[in-house]
This record gives sequence, structure tokens and C-alpha cells, in this order.
Amino acid sequence: MSEMWTAKLRNKWQKNLPIEKLLPDDQPAYVASWIYVFGVLTLSALAMIIASGIVLAFEGPAWYHTSDVGKFMNSLHFWSVQLFFVFMVIHLWGKYWMAAWRGNRFRTWATGAIAFVASIATAFTGYLVQTNFDSQWISFEAKDGFNSVGIGAFFTVTNLGQMLLLHVAFLPLILGVITVIHVLMVRRRGVVPPIDAEPTPGSGA
Amino acid sequence: MSVSKEAKHAFDAAPWTGKTKRYDIVKEGSIAVALVAIMAIFLSLFLGSPDDTPLTFKGWAISNPDNFYATAVQELSGSSGTATYGAPYNKAADGLNVGPLWLQKWAGVTRPIDTVNEFVIAPLSTQVLSTDIASALATWKSAADSQKHDWAVAYDDAITKAEGKISTVPAGAYGPVPVLAQGLTDMAKGGALDAALLSQGGFFQTDNTKQILFFGDGAYLDEAGTTANLQGGTWGMMNETGRYPGQAWLWLYSFWYQIPPFNNENSKPIGTNADAYIMVIMGIMSLGLILIPVIPGVRSLPMRIPIHRGIWRQYYDENGIKRRKK
Ligand code: HEM
Repeated sequence: MSEMWTAKLRNKWQKNLPIEKLLPDDQPAYVASWIYVFGVLTLSALAMIIASGIVLAFEGPAWYHTSDVGKFMNSLHFWSVQLFFVFMVIHLWGKYWMAAWRGNRFRTWATGAIAFVASIATAFTGYLVQTNFDSQWISFEAKDGFNSVGIGAFFTVTNLGQMLLLHVAFLPLILGVITVIHVLMVRRRGVVPPIDAEPTPGSGA
Repeated sequence: MSVSKEAKHAFDAAPWTGKTKRYDIVKEGSIAVALVAIMAIFLSLFLGSPDDTPLTFKGWAISNPDNFYATAVQELSGSSGTATYGAPYNKAADGLNVGPLWLQKWAGVTRPIDTVNEFVIAPLSTQVLSTDIASALATWKSAADSQKHDWAVAYDDAITKAEGKISTVPAGAYGPVPVLAQGLTDMAKGGALDAALLSQGGFFQTDNTKQILFFGDGAYLDEAGTTANLQGGTWGMMNETGRYPGQAWLWLYSFWYQIPPFNNENSKPIGTNADAYIMVIMGIMSLGLILIPVIPGVRSLPMRIPIHRGIWRQYYDENGIKRRKK
């Protein structure tokens, strides 16, 4: 039994991330700062981005230039992205000053940082598929950067079809997966203790 | 510190056994989603979003016919930005390099563009043409390549000498080039060029590369970019049209374009290759962000600068933790 792959996976999962860790009903007492809210806010903004993006995907690019509902949905998508980045950057700086990679949390930090880079790529392709003047401008300007290091040979910013597919399918999928791993990693390790917390009677440990 | 590094690490890694408090993670998440939704809805209702209509070849040819005309001639003579670009469009130049790395050239010509035929001759050929343009086109098509080149270059040079004022260009051995350029200008004015550039090669088209590149070869797009405050040399990369926030998160990428040697196109080797150097720098910095926890110095700054005392103030106060001993 124990050498069954399925059983192994289940045992590992149960050991590392039991449901009590995934959905805890208590937290260490030191989790008492506004900074902790920004991870959740980032996640919420991402949810808004995906929800509004799905609506946009159903109607397609022509719609959000002409219909009022389309314009509103486009605005909702746009502002969710702006909020997403504001929250994420505050979150990033917060985690930096907390040195939140301590205690085997390197991978939590790394997946967060990769999510940041992936978000930039996703947002960039989003600006290209606005199909307005700004997209024309950005694609003309940005091609030089990508071409200059050979990336432009296969990542063609002037190719609307390619950018649209990457923006609505591939990049969100990547970002989504990284984000899920990031959050599961946080739950698995628990929230990092304060920098000066020590295993002494004073700290309660 | 009163405990060893190893003990502190084990302590940070272990599940917390100290004081806890009740915490409703699902409730917090729900409130956060509601809050963000309300914020985004309010911003959208009151501020909308940027959406300047795209420029068209029609707009260009009508507002600045001489510039469009001159650009068409450059596409024929091979002096346009696209025609002289190099990879991935053609082999006209080696492209940029970072030291010994000629990545642009090495990546190869993956989307070949022949400006003469794809930007001018093929689009013109799609139209029902007046007899003078039809015969100019026939003359062009039957001429030898070297002859075509000589005509186009002679006319291109003459236009440059006349500072772009087409009506003042003296007569010369330009062959059918002036008529072709006029034909393309008229076609653009009528609004037929946008679609003709796109539709080459079939029914379904999703690649706007030809349109964008042709557009960028002229002054129309560039001037519109300047007007909208979008030029790279003035932080344009992170701007949006109108008063909207753009890609502010590109500030660091944009930053390099504002300082020497990157902002000096003539400084060698970095200024002339700024695009490539900045790409590499940003690639390294992105990797650096991911690796912060293992980079000496950067990773210990948060321990030295006590912002954490503010974040965990309650904990520090309750446990009476004083300033760290050195
Ligand atoms: C898609 C973007 C991101 C989402 C949705 C996200 C979400 C979250 C959430 C919900 C938490 C737990 C709550 C909290 O402590 O705030 C968290 C923790 C964390 N995040 Fe992110 N995050 C993102 C990006 C980042 C970035 C860019 C970094 C840094 C490079 C980062 C580093 C961390 C770290 C180190 C923790 C663990 C904190 C601890 O143990 O106390 N995250 N993240």
C-alpha cells in the first residue's frame, strides 16, 4: 500500500497541508498589522481581474470600444489591474521588511517574485490588446527591446493574434498557477514569526 | 541575539506554539473581495478608462500627405526604418549587440518583410487603378531590380534634398516611382491601405506587424506619441494616453532610458545598444528580486533597519523586546 503513488501523494499532502492549516481558525498573536491585509487584497484584485476579463473575452475586442457596458467592463478590468499592482507592490515591500523568507520560506518569496514578473508580462500584453492608439504606440516602441535580445524572433508584440491569445490564455494560466502555489506555500509554513522572536520563555515558545 | 542562528532558523521554521488569537480567514477573504470590487466599480464609474481611437493610414495620408508619400518612396528605395532594420525582418543590418552577444542577429529573420512588395506594390495591385498608375505599375514590374533600385534611390534622395516638400522636387530619372507613390497616397487617403496591408496572404488575419511597422516609418505615429507624452526619453513607457495611470510598474525599466549612457544614442557601446543592455539589466534584476533571500547584504537589511518593530509593534511591546544587541 505504502508504495502506491496515490497513497504517497495523499500522505504527503496530509502531513504538509492538512485542512486545519489550509483553513485555520486561529493565527499567531503577532499577526496584528495592516500589512497582512495586502496579500489578501492582491488576491482579491486578481479575482476581479479574472472575472472582468472573462466577461471581456466573451464579447471580444470590438465590443469594449463601442458599447457602454463593454466600456464599463473594460474600465473595471483596467482599474482592477491598477489596484492589483498597488496592493502587490505594498505586499512585496512589506514582506521584504519582514524578511518573510526566514524559516524555510524561500520558495514562498520566490513564487511571489515570479508572480510579480509574470504579472508585468501579463499586464504588458494587456496593454497591447487594448486595440487603441496606445496599443499601436506600445507595440511599435516595445518591439525594439524584444528584438534587440532575440526574443522578438518568436514573441511578436506587433502580432495582435499572438498577444491576445497569450494575454487571455497562457499568461493568466501561468500567473494563476504560481499564485495558487504561493498561497498554499504560505498556508503550509504558517505566517513567519517576528524578526526578534526567540525560543525563550518570554516569547511564549 | 541570545540564541544561535540554527536555533533561530529552526524556531522560525517550526509551527508556532506561542500565543494565538481567533481569526476567520474566509470572512476576511470575503470582505477583501467585496472591498476591492467596490473600489474598482467606483473608479470605473467615475473615471472610466483610456481609449483613444487607433490612428489610420487614411488619417496619416490626409493630415500629412507629403510625409506619407515620402515614406512610401523610402519603402521602395530601402531607406525606411523597417527596410534597414535587420532581424527579425530582414538582413539589412546586424542589429544590436551586448558585447560579443549578437542575440538579435543570431535569433534570425523569423518574420521576413519585403517593404517594396509588401508595403507598396502588393497593396497597389489589389486596387482597380487609373491608367497612369496601372501603366506605372506595369513598368515597375517589368523593370530589372537594379533599375528599380536606381529610380527609387534617386527619387528618395531628391525628396530628402527638397526637405520633404514633394511639389518642389525637380524632375529626374525616377521612372514610375512618383506615380506609384502618388497612387499609394491616394489609396491611403481613400482608406483602403489599412486593410490591404493586413489581408495579404489570406482571409483570416490576426497579425498587424506590417501595418505597425509601416506606420512607424513615418512621422505621424511619432508625432502622435510626442503629443500624448509617450516618448521613451520622457518616461513615456509607463504613461497612458490622457490622465490615466499607465504601467507605473515599468518605472525601473523606463528609468534606465533617462540616464547616460543609455539615453545617448551616440555613445558606444552602450548608448547605441541601449535597448539590448537595458533588457539584460532588467533580466538580471528580475532574477535578483527572486533571489533576494540569498543575496548577502540585501537580505540582512531588513534586520538592521527596524521597520519590523513598527509592523510587529504589539508583539515587541508585549514581550518587552528592546533594541537588538549587536
Ligand atoms: C499575484 C501576486 C501575489 C498574491 C496574490 C499574493 C498573495 C499572498 C497572500 C494571500 C499571502 C498571505 C497573507 C499575507 O501575509 O499577506 C502572501 C504571503 C506572502 N507573500 Fe505574497 N502574493 C503575491 C505576490 C508576492 C510577491 C511579489 C512577493 C515578494 C516578492 C510575495 C511574498 C510573500 C511572502 C514572503 C509571504 C509569506 C509571508 C509570511 O509568511 O508572513 N508575494 N501572499
